[in-house]
Amino acid sequence: MDFDNSKPIYLQIVDFFYENILVRRWQDEERIPSVREVAVMVEVNPNTAIRAFNHLQELEVIYNKRGIGYFVSKDGYAKVLDIKRNEFKEQTLPDVFKQMRLLDVTFEEVKNLYDQHEKE
Amino acid sequence: MISIKSLYYHYPKSSMVLNDISANFERGNIYGLFGKNGEGKSTLLKIMSGLLYAKSGEYTVDHKSGLHRNARTLQRLFLVPEDFELSAVTIATYQKINGRFYPNFSKKQFYDLIAEFKLAPQHHIARLSFGQKKKVLIAFGIATNTPILLMDEPTNGLDIPSKSQFRKIMASIADENKCIIISTHQVRDLHSLINHILVLDEAKVVFDASLAKVSTEFWFGKPKSTEDSIIYTEAGFGGKSILPRGNKEETEVDLELLFSAVLTQNTVINTILKTNDHD
Repeated sequence: MDFDNSKPIYLQIVDFFYENILVRRWQDEERIPSVREVAVMVEVNPNTAIRAFNHLQELEVIYNKRGIGYFVSKDGYAKVLDIKRNEFKEQTLPDVFKQMRLLDVTFEEVKNLYDQHEKE
Repeated sequence: MISIKSLYYHYPKSSMVLNDISANFERGNIYGLFGKNGEGKSTLLKIMSGLLYAKSGEYTVDHKSGLHRNARTLQRLFLVPEDFELSAVTIATYQKINGRFYPNFSKKQFYDLIAEFKLAPQHHIARLSFGQKKKVLIAFGIATNTPILLMDEPTNGLDIPSKSQFRKIMASIADENKCIIISTHQVRDLHSLINHILVLDEAKVVFDASLAKVSTEFWFGKPKSTEDSIIYTEAGFGGKSILPRGNKEETEVDLELLFSAVLTQNTVINTILKTNDHD
């Protein structure tokens, strides 16, 4: 895993989980790799991996079955979709709007590009 | 688990290499020991592993002195040194001779790691490259399963794929019973593994904090406007800086930047860490 050097690594691991859930690689109620497996996979201190698991557990995206392992929650996909949609609206879009203003790109232009992109 | 108090050391006819060093190391952590060249990192590891005698001070492992090369302490730790001479024997012979000194030595684990490093028991150590010899030592050190694992520049001599392999192996063995101390200049190689850092400078411990603490107190990145609270900034294009975190979002600790900042702005940094120390 290549780390972006500004975002805390544990949140980058969280993003890695989100991606797996969003592309349905990890289905709702499906067992996911263990803390140790994730730590080895992304080459981090197991404590960092634990922090990512705890974070996801607090958000109820995953849950722990004692002695068995971690699973994606029953509505894990819906939860992640909600989290990522909010992130898109609250973080990604404002950045795009800022760039649009800076580069004087109109909404019309963006809309045309979007339509074109959707057709392809 | 390990306690060091007022440790002093100097080589014959040299000035102090370790001047009143104190530090504690606990299980469950991977410590990064940083310092410029010749600042005593290797010397400290050698004292901890009984290769050198401290001039004065205390060093205990689980409340028992570790300064007298007693077998009880020595079988509880392993040092992977930076420079080493290995006997001119095969890997299998090396294991037979040395494995017995460590009560929890796992032969299976050793040969699994040897295979993972693309080596074989019948390989003659003398005919291996430096990097391959290092791999033998790393594999052996891990297979000793000692509660304390000391590594001096473990990634020196390893090629790029082996460095990634090394990180995976370390991530797989680190647990709450193990105390791992790694001295290194290769901050980038080990950054994702280390969770506590210790900096030696001018024969003193100038910084000693967990990365959790550092990321609670400091913010790393390019500040938006000219903020007056910048503690340290990298000259040149990019200009990454360290600021007190305040209410800002948590950022990943930039170890190289932190290291440079500690060497120049040590007082400011330690004051911030101390004032906010409520633990």
